[in-house]
Amino acid sequence: MTSGVQKSGSAGRVGQWLGQAVAYALFMGCVGYFATSPAYQHTAPDQAMLKLTISHPGQSREACRERSAEELAGMPPNMRAPMDCPRERSPVTVELRLDDQQLFNAALAPSGLHSDGPASLYRRFSVPVGTHQLLMRLNDSVREPQLWHEARRQLDLKPGQIVVVDFDSPSREFLIH
Amino acid sequence: MFAVAERGLDRVFGQRLNPFYHLGALSFLSFWIIAASGLYLYIFFETSISGAYPSIEELTHGQWYLGGILRSLHRYASGAMVITAVLHLLREFSLDRLRGSHWYSWFTGVPLLWLLVASGISGYWLVWDQLAQFVAVISAEWLDWLPIFTDPMSRNFINAAAVSDRFFSLLAFLHIGIPLALLLLMFVHIQRMTEARSNPPRGLALGTLASFIVLSLAWPALSQAPADLDFAVGSVDLDWFYLAIYPLVDRWSPGAAWLLAAGVTTVVAILPWLPPGRRGPAAVVNLENCNGCGRCFADCPYDAVTMQPRTDGASFAEEAVVADDLCARCGICVGACPTATPFRRASELVAGIELPALTVHDLRERIQGKTEGLDGEGRVLVVSCRERPRVAESAGVVAVELPCVGMLPPPFVDFVLSRRLADGVMLAGCSDCDCRYRFGNDWMDARVAGERDPALRARVPRERLDRYWESRPARSATAARLERFREALKSLGPYQRNAAATPTREVRDGAD
Repeated sequence: MTSGVQKSGSAGRVGQWLGQAVAYALFMGCVGYFATSPAYQHTAPDQAMLKLTISHPGQSREACRERSAEELAGMPPNMRAPMDCPRERSPVTVELRLDDQQLFNAALAPSGLHSDGPASLYRRFSVPVGTHQLLMRLNDSVREPQLWHEARRQLDLKPGQIVVVDFDSPSREFLIH
Repeated sequence: MFAVAERGLDRVFGQRLNPFYHLGALSFLSFWIIAASGLYLYIFFETSISGAYPSIEELTHGQWYLGGILRSLHRYASGAMVITAVLHLLREFSLDRLRGSHWYSWFTGVPLLWLLVASGISGYWLVWDQLAQFVAVISAEWLDWLPIFTDPMSRNFINAAAVSDRFFSLLAFLHIGIPLALLLLMFVHIQRMTEARSNPPRGLALGTLASFIVLSLAWPALSQAPADLDFAVGSVDLDWFYLAIYPLVDRWSPGAAWLLAAGVTTVVAILPWLPPGRRGPAAVVNLENCNGCGRCFADCPYDAVTMQPRTDGASFAEEAVVADDLCARCGICVGACPTATPFRRASELVAGIELPALTVHDLRERIQGKTEGLDGEGRVLVVSCRERPRVAESAGVVAVELPCVGMLPPPFVDFVLSRRLADGVMLAGCSDCDCRYRFGNDWMDARVAGERDPALRARVPRERLDRYWESRPARSATAARLERFREALKSLGPYQRNAAATPTREVRDGAD
């Protein structure tokens, strides 16, 4: 007398089959619908995108200095490098302005356990389509705080367009992709 | 909510095919469908920036009759796997199947969900359409929040020139490697289950597969527009099963999304150890009554009983040993013990294996005490599983609760009827395939049918035994069932032991 589905006539069986069909249809409807819906709006139609990304090693925080003869004599013979160049790098200060409004301004710390690696940055900004004036500034030396690498560009942004602002370390110039 | 859904599906599918009782097995089925369809898709997939999208388009449209259907199966089975896995988790939680011996499966299930989602995400990248672009950009931004990359990973997706073919080789490797790790962990997940059900019943498997095929034909999975890293993704058709967190990363911040994900994961993972904890003492073996027959070892659903060489010098080869941390306190081992018989004339009834919270001696006392006040026609003793709703007592009906109905040694049924303590016995347990302790009603069914030791004696009239397997019955349904059973008993009249049937054999200590 185990409980379970009561075996009734063919009408009951048809009802069961219909019920199963409905259950499968509901489940598969749920699977199919949420596999693609509802849609998600990542970027509005009247917006473009500005990506600021930099990977740049700052200048050495301290200048190299020449070791004295006494210092060199006190060092193991295989380590007697005439110049002492501290590894630590300067933070890289980056400023980005769009139409005289500041989008980004921060000092990026150098990477690495000894702060001797490049400073890195990635940020994206949603920007209305149209014409804009872009100002980019970068300083990479605490020993020369007044020295800024600077560039200005006029942007004519289309809907959805991505503009990438990068900094080319060898040429020390801003790049706009 | 689960109770209502389960009752409805019981009526439609029957207990044996009720999908709610096979959620874990359905997840396995989805995995195998994903794996098989994925193997075929991989044959035609081009692992390059320029080749990925066209190769999938060719699969989808050029050979829609096979590649297209398999692609759809691949996607929809992935979505279904998330649904069944999450429902499985929620249902186990609702039934409190996460504490004690269940902690292992619960705990290993948590990283399974992460691997499942990671498998799906890596798959979406491969298509290299607008959705893939969105997933790539947001994934990179999300991962960049963690202090693991010297250079931001996002720099790899700033424009088309930054992405290389090697990236697709890496993705293909990930999309194979992560699911393999998932499969390994699925295997680990069921390790502490004896006879784990990793395959759904054939009818349910065929129905599910057929439904996937119908869905694939009616609503084929398609790519969106090809990825173009020079333009931002606008509106994207998101797969919410796998990518639900992406809008949060996009709208909130990567850090907030990590906090949410890590917080939810941690809370879910430690749930088995959070209050209220309720665990009685584990089963104990009484060596003076254990003959090492191994039935408790065979019946334990959690591998908590092992057979080890005898330590007390008795002439038997082995003895049962219970692992405290694995024991679920269900008492199924007691129901399997041949010495757990109420007919024994020992001064104190002690079985070879006992649940200290309810010894066999106490159970006999409780049944005798409960049935003392029964009178009239159609007297019923209900032996009920503690996991289902309590059966209301009334005139002519008394109830005794056990942790699991499988704890009741079959001789107790014989005892109740032959001593005329009641005119009939109702065993009320969980639904088929839904036993809280996995095999309680299965083993009881087999014992009543004489297919499993200790078998219910042939002399016991089966018409006086009602097995009522329903996890969450409505109160009225139980009352109606009891009424029908009582009416049937009344028509049978008082129990008369048939002298010609199997003679009574009263079992003495240690004997079977």
